[in-house]
Amino acid sequence: MVDGHYSLELERITCRFASRDDPGMPYVAVAEASLAVRAGEFVAVVGPTGCGKSTLLNVAAGLLAPSSGAVRVHGEPLVGINRKAGYMFQADALMPWRSALANVTAGLEFRGIEAGEARAQGQAWLQRVGLGGFGARYPHQLSGGMRKRVALAQMLALDPEILLMDEPFSALDVQTRQLMENELLALWSANRKSVIFITHDLEEAISLSDRVIVLSAGPGTHPIGEFVIDLPRPRDVAEIRLTPRFVALHTRIWHAMKDEVMKAYAAQYAPLPEGA
Amino acid sequence: MKVRYAQLLLLFALLLGWGLLTDPRVPAFYFDNPDKAAFFFGEPLKVLGRLANWFVGGEIYPHLWVTLLETLLAFVLGTVGGIAMGLWLGLAPTAAAILDPYIKALNAMPRVILAPIFMVWFGLGMASKVALGITLVFFIVFFNVYQGVREVSPAVLANARMLGASQRQLLRHVYMPSALSWVFASLHNSVGLAFVGAVVGEYLGSAEGVGYLIHQAEGVFDINTVIAGILLLTLFALVLDGAVGWIESRLMVWQPHAGDTTQL
Ligand SMILES: Nc1ncnc2c1ncn2[C@@H]1O[C@H](COP(=O)(O)OP(=O)(O)OP(=O)(O)O)[C@@H](O)[C@H]1O
Ligand SMILES: [Mg+2]
Repeated sequence: MVDGHYSLELERITCRFASRDDPGMPYVAVAEASLAVRAGEFVAVVGPTGCGKSTLLNVAAGLLAPSSGAVRVHGEPLVGINRKAGYMFQADALMPWRSALANVTAGLEFRGIEAGEARAQGQAWLQRVGLGGFGARYPHQLSGGMRKRVALAQMLALDPEILLMDEPFSALDVQTRQLMENELLALWSANRKSVIFITHDLEEAISLSDRVIVLSAGPGTHPIGEFVIDLPRPRDVAEIRLTPRFVALHTRIWHAMKDEVMKAYAAQYAPLPEGA
Repeated sequence: MKVRYAQLLLLFALLLGWGLLTDPRVPAFYFDNPDKAAFFFGEPLKVLGRLANWFVGGEIYPHLWVTLLETLLAFVLGTVGGIAMGLWLGLAPTAAAILDPYIKALNAMPRVILAPIFMVWFGLGMASKVALGITLVFFIVFFNVYQGVREVSPAVLANARMLGASQRQLLRHVYMPSALSWVFASLHNSVGLAFVGAVVGEYLGSAEGVGYLIHQAEGVFDINTVIAGILLLTLFALVLDGAVGWIESRLMVWQPHAGDTTQL
């Protein structure tokens, strides 16, 4: 299953952002964070909101150069964009001027694959995410959930070795979300890729992954715990939540997270001044 | 459709009001003599007659051709230049920072003032009018493209890069389409300004064009001909604006519209 070879390593990553109010005092979003993903491993990263999950993923994608630290892909230092990775963004990132199908084929087109061939592959991917009949629609004509599925197809169409997914399903309703999660697991088991899956939903993290990494609250975010998820596969994300093993894991990880969530909460929602 | 009828009705009402108020047979109630209203405001029937004369007699065609050609040249060249410059500065922050105050100054300058200079440089022919039109159109388009390039959604941009787009492909598949909606917003303004460039140029000095005709008529206080010229230019500006709108609706199908749902 999973061998010892790391397909993606982040080593002692620190990200400082210049703060607008006080340029002399940069905001340290991520400090000395290390994490690694083995080939074919599904890693979920959880952490309180604003802790730096997207920042870490941008570093892994090569979109953001860390202030210090190293990124390695298959042991090689990463230069520029991570060509081995596909990225599913937290925000809507489809090209609004391209139809759903043209969005899915965009990456193939950029790679110079012949148009007819690209269309056929794109159509097949749309079918696989349940949008076979919606290829001609523009993003604004699709629902939020449909757009997420187009984004998934767009990423998978390039068959990347590493999948970076930033809260891909958090905007969906529970039913659609579980459908998509099962779909993702099915696609992933058919063709094992290394996955970093970011979520703030611990249940989602446990039900999908091989390993859950818990991040501390910011500033100075870094991993504070790692939990191997030894639930059997294939899994059904809805059913697995009811098993005693799942509940035990959930309790353990939640316990580790609770303090961090409270910390993040306290930092972001400072008490109102007296009399307000 | 009701709106269309109301619009036509309003047009008739305006023409009728204009006609009645300027008819010499109607007693004057503001001016001291019934002919004065017609002297200042023209008479709709005579204006129409003038227009008919122009087209039937064929006198207008060379002038109209000159004005339209100047307008189209200014429009196309100004737009192309504005897009190119907007893309370049939008993508080259250092150059943009250096040129920023100059661009602001050029834009703030009332550029119609350049007309006499262009006459000296390019003579009284078409070139000076086209040059004036270009300076007017260029900045409108340039600022919109510049803005459009800088407002490209960072998520869309990052996504395209992750999908493997090269620098050129980013330009072609992200920056240009994103800037295009801004371009079209500016083109409607530009059409009018291209006409302004042509007509003001002709008005200030030339031997042909609709602006020249208007200038001539004004010299002999032939207000009907002046108004006929203005109407003619308005009509052609509307046609050109319609053409821009038509191209826009073809190219911008991907844009959401406010009233997208169809009613039963
Ligand atoms: N370009 C930037 N400039 C300044 N600060 C930034 C920048 N990008 C992120 N930050 C800060 O870094 C921190 C981490 O941001 P990030 O987007 O990584 O959080 P997150 O964990 O993904 O949050 P969420 O779960 O809400 O998506 C935040 O406090 C944010 O304000
Ligand atoms: Mg985020």
